[in-house]
Amino acid sequence: MAAQDQTLIPPIAPTTGTVDKPVVPLPGVADWLVNFCRSYSIWPMTFGLACCAIEMMGVGMARFDMSRFGAEVFRPSPRQADLMIVAGTVSRKLAPAIVRLYEQLPAPRYVMAMGNCAISGGPFAFKDQYGIVLGVDTILPVDVYVPGCPPRPEALLEGIFQVQRKLTGRRLVAVPAGLDLNMEQDTVRNNPGNTGEKA
Amino acid sequence: MNEFSLWTVFTLVVGLVAILAFIAGNAMALVWMERKVAGFIQRRPGPNQLGPAGVLQSVADAVKLLFKQILKPSNADSIIFFLAPILSFFPVALLFMPLPFSPFFTAYSPNLGLLLILAFSGINVLAVLLAGWSSNNKYSLYGAARGVSQSVAYEIPLLLAVLAIAFQHGTLNLSEIVEQQGGWPWQWNVFTQPLAFLIYFISIFGETNRSPFDLPEAESELTAGFHTEYSGMGFALFFLAEYANMVLVCCVATALFLGGWKGPFLDGFWWFLAKAYGLLFIMMWVRWTYPRARFDMLLNLNWKWLLPLGALNLLATAFVMKLF
Ligand code: SF4
Repeated sequence: MAAQDQTLIPPIAPTTGTVDKPVVPLPGVADWLVNFCRSYSIWPMTFGLACCAIEMMGVGMARFDMSRFGAEVFRPSPRQADLMIVAGTVSRKLAPAIVRLYEQLPAPRYVMAMGNCAISGGPFAFKDQYGIVLGVDTILPVDVYVPGCPPRPEALLEGIFQVQRKLTGRRLVAVPAGLDLNMEQDTVRNNPGNTGEKA
Repeated sequence: MNEFSLWTVFTLVVGLVAILAFIAGNAMALVWMERKVAGFIQRRPGPNQLGPAGVLQSVADAVKLLFKQILKPSNADSIIFFLAPILSFFPVALLFMPLPFSPFFTAYSPNLGLLLILAFSGINVLAVLLAGWSSNNKYSLYGAARGVSQSVAYEIPLLLAVLAIAFQHGTLNLSEIVEQQGGWPWQWNVFTQPLAFLIYFISIFGETNRSPFDLPEAESELTAGFHTEYSGMGFALFFLAEYANMVLVCCVATALFLGGWKGPFLDGFWWFLAKAYGLLFIMMWVRWTYPRARFDMLLNLNWKWLLPLGALNLLATAFVMKLF
């Protein structure tokens, strides 16, 4: 944040949109079942900002295929989407539009910051830089961070599993054999540039 | 059949309930099928995590849509905005009534069954128009305008193709049209009226807003078209109506052109369903194979090719019927 000169650049208004409380709260089991269904039907918004979006497209293609987890339905209208994947560099000019898109999502809604740019400004966080929002979490409430520049498609899939975990409280997709799922250490080891603070 | 009795009322009620269950079950199956077909065409597995081969995928989607917040844009027309999705789904139940799944599984078999279907399928266009108008969104309005001009245009060749069949059989009763066809493929109407079948099959893509003619919801230009502002169940109802309409047009095509419930052996509703699902599969195949047509192409194809060909076909049919 230090590089941002607050006296020259007016701050961006972060979102004030809050999620409405459910009208009728569901009893425990039903609530879990509904959340389970939600977690297998996470429709992302068709929305990409920079190079990370290319990787996001890759996840929809044959090799990685996020449709296996029911998440390939990219909805162009925010009204029908559940997940906002902020894939790429958020410039200050674009920030109000992104805030508005977030506010147009109906509840329940989730935000994923994909790539170092969206997490912290990534390669753009240097002295006297004036055009880039350093971290989309300064303007939106972010649920899941997927680090990398760009993150591997597997990482984005893992991000979706984390949204599922947030919904249901457990990991729904089995960990492949031989994979050490100590997430924090893995992230730091594979991305030396990342401090791992927000991973 | 036409006199009013307790038995008629009973069959109507049972028929309606069965039809609603049939529509909902079909829509679920079709959503799953569509995603699987899309997957296989693009060399992906498609949904395969939830249930065996992902069959529970559409259940998850339905529950999610059911529990999603419903938003109304602040400047939208509250009554029409919520009326439109209901109106798009409402005529569907009626449209399925005259369909002859088999001699036994026909809810209601009026003499003007075909006319009933053609008349009430127009209500869907009205729903699209109302949805686009009441959302107070430029994309919705564009989508609605496209939907109306497209549906009006494609209704005409569709009518001409259907009329040729009606000429040939001298009836508008779907069951009778099926009765007059035989079990083997060369006894079906598709054999005597191949041009009418082609025109019908192209027109139903325009009628049901399916790709390559899905201009009213073209996401590259119009966000989501006429249902841009609909979330949750509003969107789900439009979705349901779209799939129900697909099933309907394919069922009508089966009855008119493909011999309905008749097959080489063991006549019954299984033949009807198998043929209808074959046509549905072709519709999906086309959707995931062809890019979207431009709007002028769409209307040119209709006015310059389908309409004159349909008229010629009708004339030729009338001529042949008069001669022999
Ligand atoms: S994180 Fe890297 S790959 Fe992603 S948008 Fe930023 S610069 Fe591009």
